[in-house]
Amino acid sequence: MIIYLLCFALFLIGLYGLITKRDLIKIILASGIMGYAANLMIVLFGYRRSGVYPILEKGKETAVMVDPLPQALVLTSIVIELGTTAMLVALTIKLFNKYKTFDISKIRRLRG
Amino acid sequence: MTPPSFIIIPLASAFLITLVGRKKDLWGPLLAFAATVAVFVLSLLTFFQLGTGIKVYEMGGWKLPYGIALVVDPLGAFMLIIVALISLTSLLFSVSYIRHLGSDWKYYALFMILVGAMNGVLVTGDLFNLFVFTEIAIFAAFGLVAYGGRAHEFEASFKYAVMASVSSSLILMAIAVVYSATSTLTMASISVALSSVGPGMKIWIGALFLAGYGLKAAIMPFHAWLPDAHSSAPAPISSMLSGVLIKTLGVYVLVRIFYNILGAPQIFLTTFLILGTLSILLGVILAVGQWDLKRLLAYSSISQVGYILLGIGLNTPLGVAGALFHLLNHALFKSLLFYNAGTLEIGLGTRDLRKMGNITRLLPITAHSSMAGSLAISGIPPFNGFFSKLVIIIAAVQAHLPFYALLAVVGSLLTLATFLKVQRYGIRSENPVERLQARPGWGMQTAMIILAVLCILTSFLIIPGIKEWVLDPVVAAVMNKTGYAAAVLGGR
Repeated sequence: MIIYLLCFALFLIGLYGLITKRDLIKIILASGIMGYAANLMIVLFGYRRSGVYPILEKGKETAVMVDPLPQALVLTSIVIELGTTAMLVALTIKLFNKYKTFDISKIRRLRG
Repeated sequence: MTPPSFIIIPLASAFLITLVGRKKDLWGPLLAFAATVAVFVLSLLTFFQLGTGIKVYEMGGWKLPYGIALVVDPLGAFMLIIVALISLTSLLFSVSYIRHLGSDWKYYALFMILVGAMNGVLVTGDLFNLFVFTEIAIFAAFGLVAYGGRAHEFEASFKYAVMASVSSSLILMAIAVVYSATSTLTMASISVALSSVGPGMKIWIGALFLAGYGLKAAIMPFHAWLPDAHSSAPAPISSMLSGVLIKTLGVYVLVRIFYNILGAPQIFLTTFLILGTLSILLGVILAVGQWDLKRLLAYSSISQVGYILLGIGLNTPLGVAGALFHLLNHALFKSLLFYNAGTLEIGLGTRDLRKMGNITRLLPITAHSSMAGSLAISGIPPFNGFFSKLVIIIAAVQAHLPFYALLAVVGSLLTLATFLKVQRYGIRSENPVERLQARPGWGMQTAMIILAVLCILTSFLIIPGIKEWVLDPVVAAVMNKTGYAAAVLGGR
């Protein structure tokens, strides 16, 4: 149980960073941390204590196996997160070119 | 008419546009048009062939508990028609609008990816596949919001991207919890498996999904990104985002998850009612104060999505019918109003209501169609908005929730005030504007005329006889909560 709580704490750290940080790069890192926490959570749900790799072989006895599906899901979601991060970084570069700063409190043309 | 064609056709056209579109300008719009018309015809055919039935397609021939299924049911087909209709008019509007923003094959490719991914969200029967399509759609939307390449567009896109990354993490958490509780990702099997799971687990799952997809639907506490993103995008994209994206990624998925998978638990229905009413009132109050036309329209989108949520939260056939009818109507008139805003921006070079004037003479089609859109959104008969709001309010009274009905009426009056302001100070003001900076193209005018006519024609959907034919199968698909799972798992 404690490991799930720790994982959730990691998620909350990411959320905290996302809300409080003023630097664009730190916001991107915080969103990455949130994503890692979610991925870790999926892998943890597929984990079985003292399980073996989920491949059936001749002569190998069927034992407790870890669940392979979450690992496949995590691969997909890592790729998606890579895309998000790349997009965010690209936007940050564009924003830096326009405003010459990474400080989000100085990038404020939209309000109301 | 197999379900995969809804995804394949737009994605294939996006791929082809990137190949041939850069050589010749004509290819981009032509291919995009061909694909969207094909999808539109297909979705109409599917909807009327389907009746109250359901169509299941197993990808790669893998049988259902193992493979990924594509499912088209009346609700999905209804949404497919809306998406195709709005994309068609948006493309028509884009042809001459997007010229002033530079090379356009990238625009059309992104646009078709957006359409394909939204269709994917609507036809998929697998929870993780739904997540993947959501992400594809939202990626295309980032690119399109930033398409103009000005500083505030990048800023809006960045905000949108950060919000989207939070919501995807929440959705991923929700999927992890669902998988740990049910050991399956097919929505129909989840629905069956969850019926034997305790209520505590359902509340966890529901709360995570509500936060994740609520962010995408811009329900009131999660709305902060919407006015920036929707007002910074090019006009046809604003209408795609406000008209269909927040509905497919937000409302449709919420209906699917909370009705067909979780079986409409009362605690979440009450949450829908409260959040919906909150969105109606606060959205419109924020809208009244705006002078930037597109920002005003974006805030009013939040309020109109509130009506849809209110209808869904009532959990009566009449309420759901009203909600789905309002969903269609809002897609039509909000797209129309965003086209108007786009035309005004091109014609007068401003979005500020105080600087507009003399529009009835300079841009007669824009002036008249914006009147139609404003009357429809404020709920004046005989326009469609009147009937859908009326149905939702009557349903609220019948469900013994007169307080919510009263608040909905108040919201409607404030909407009327908002759009009176648009007409009085913007479209029909006496500012001495002498001539246009640029004339709107024929495509823009045709798109506006089509939608203005549809704003009246869709009123007929409420007439008994047509209602049984069009709206009732969709309502039945939503209200028959376990029917979805039974049809998908047994209908092979």
